[in-house]
Amino acid sequence: MTMPYYVSPEQVMKDRAEYAQKGIARGRALVGTSYDNGIVIVAENPSRSLRKISEIYDRIAFAGVGRYNEFDQLRVAGIRHADTKGFAFSRNDVEARSLANLYAQYLGQVFTHEMKPLEVEILVAELGNTPQSDQLFHIAYEGTITDEKGYAVLGGDAEVVRKRMTEAYKPGWKLEDAIRTCVKVLSGPDRVIASSDLEVAVLDRSNGERSFKRISQEEIDVIISPKKSARSKPSSEK
Amino acid sequence: MTLPIFSPTDDPGPNFMATLARTRKNDSGSYWWNGSIDSAINERNGIPAHLANWMGDTLAGRIRHGTTIIALRYKDGVIVAGDRRATEGHLIAYRNMEKVIKVDQYSAMAIAGAAGPAMEMARLFSTQLEHYEKVEGVSLSTEGKANQLGQMVREHLALAMRGMIVIPIFAGYDIQAGSGRIYTFDVTGGHYIEEEHAAEGSGGRNARAVLKQLWHTDIDRDAALALAIEALVEAADEDIATGPPDILRGIYPIVATITSAGYQAISDDETASLVSSLYDRLQTRGEDGKWRWSK
Repeated sequence: MTMPYYVSPEQVMKDRAEYAQKGIARGRALVGTSYDNGIVIVAENPSRSLRKISEIYDRIAFAGVGRYNEFDQLRVAGIRHADTKGFAFSRNDVEARSLANLYAQYLGQVFTHEMKPLEVEILVAELGNTPQSDQLFHIAYEGTITDEKGYAVLGGDAEVVRKRMTEAYKPGWKLEDAIRTCVKVLSGPDRVIASSDLEVAVLDRSNGERSFKRISQEEIDVIISPKKSARSKPSSEK
Repeated sequence: MTLPIFSPTDDPGPNFMATLARTRKNDSGSYWWNGSIDSAINERNGIPAHLANWMGDTLAGRIRHGTTIIALRYKDGVIVAGDRRATEGHLIAYRNMEKVIKVDQYSAMAIAGAAGPAMEMARLFSTQLEHYEKVEGVSLSTEGKANQLGQMVREHLALAMRGMIVIPIFAGYDIQAGSGRIYTFDVTGGHYIEEEHAAEGSGGRNARAVLKQLWHTDIDRDAALALAIEALVEAADEDIATGPPDILRGIYPIVATITSAGYQAISDDETASLVSSLYDRLQTRGEDGKWRWSK
C-alpha cells in the first residue's frame, strides 16, 4: 500500500486559486457602471443566444464571466431565489445584498470543499433610486465579495481593463457616453470590437417595474458609431 | 434561505411551481399548489374527510367570492373586463375587487369564484410566466400559457370540490398569429379556446346573453368597450352578486385591452363616460317606442 503524499493546505488553496484564475482569464472581460438614469453592463460576447447578462428581478441584474455552464447555473439559481422570495413575501422584499451574500457563501463553500473551484466571477447589480444608491456587488471565484463604487470590471485581463476604466469613469454620465467608453475600455487602444460581438443591457429607472432591458445591436450601432448609422432609429428589445 | 441549486438530474428547469415544491420540501407548512388540499386540511388538523366536506359547506358563506368576468375579441385584439363586487354568502364583502389581473405584457387573467385561492392562483401564474421568461430568455407561447393555467386549475380540483371553485378566463394577444386569444376553463383544468367571447361567474349567463346579441366579427375598440360595459351592467341588473358601476363612490368595472401594443388598462374616466352614455341610452325610448329597460 502506498501512502498519499502530504500537501499543505496553503498549497492546495494556491493551486485551486491558480486553476480558477486561469479558467476565468481565458474569457473576455465585462464592465458594469452606473449612469445618470441607471446601471449599464457591457460584455464582449460573440454569441446572440448564450448570454452573459441576465435579468434577475425588478431592479436586479446578473452578469457572469468564465465558464458558461457554471455561471449560468448561478444565474438560474439567482432567478429562483428572487422569484421564490418575491412570491413568499413581496416584490419589495427582494434585494441584491442577500442574493450576493448567498452567491459568496456558495462560491466559498465550493472553493474550500469541492475538488474543483468554480471558474467564474459574477456581478450582481441593483438599481437604486439615485445613482448614489445603485449597488454593484462583485463576487470572485473563492467567494470574496466586493461592494464596488461606480463601476466594476470582471473577467480576463481585468487589471488592465480596470486601470483604463478608472481613468475614463465619470460619475453621473449619460448612457451613450457610458456605453461608448465601456466599449473602448474593453477593446483597448489596439483593436475595435464589432457591435455584433457586444452584449449590452441596462437597469433603467425609467423602465417601470421591471427595469431590465437589453440594448439591441441596432441601438448599439447608433451609439458607438453615430455617423455611420444615423439613419436608423433606435429600437428596443426586451 | 439557501441558494436554490439542484443537480442536473433533479433540476426543475423553468418551472416555478416545481422549484417552489422543491425549496419548500423541508418547510412545515403545506400549500395548496404543492399537492392535495386533502392532506393539508385533514392530516395537519386531523379532520376526517366527511367532516371536511361538511365544513366546506358551512364555510361557503364565509369565503369571499368574485363574480362576473367577461372577455371578447375585437379588431385589434381582446378586451377583458370584470365587475368589482366580492360576496360572502348573501353579503357584500368587498366593493373594490380587481378581478382582471395583468399577468405579463401580453396577457391577462380574469377570475371568478373563491377570491382567496383565485388571487393566489393569479399571483402564482404571473410569477410562473415571468420566471419562465427570465430563465429561458423567451416568453411562453399563448397556448403554453393557457396550458399552464389549466394545470393550476386542475391542481385546485380538491379545493373546488369543497366549494372553493376558481374559474378563470385567460386572454392574451398572440404575437405570432397577430390576434387576440381567449381561453375558458373548467374545474378539471380543461381549457377551451373561444373564438368570439366568454363570460364566467354568477352573472356570466346574463353577460353572455348580451354578448351573443351584440358581438360581431369586425367590432372596433369603441363598440367593443361599450359592449363590455353593457354586458356587465346587464349582469348586475339580474344577479345580486354582480356589482353595478358604483357612481356614488366612483367605482367602475375594471376593463383592459390587450393588443400588439400590450396590456392597457382603461382609465376610470373613460369607463365612467362609457357607463354614463350607456345609462343615457337605457333611459330613452327605442325606435319601437319601448323603453330599453322595463320599469
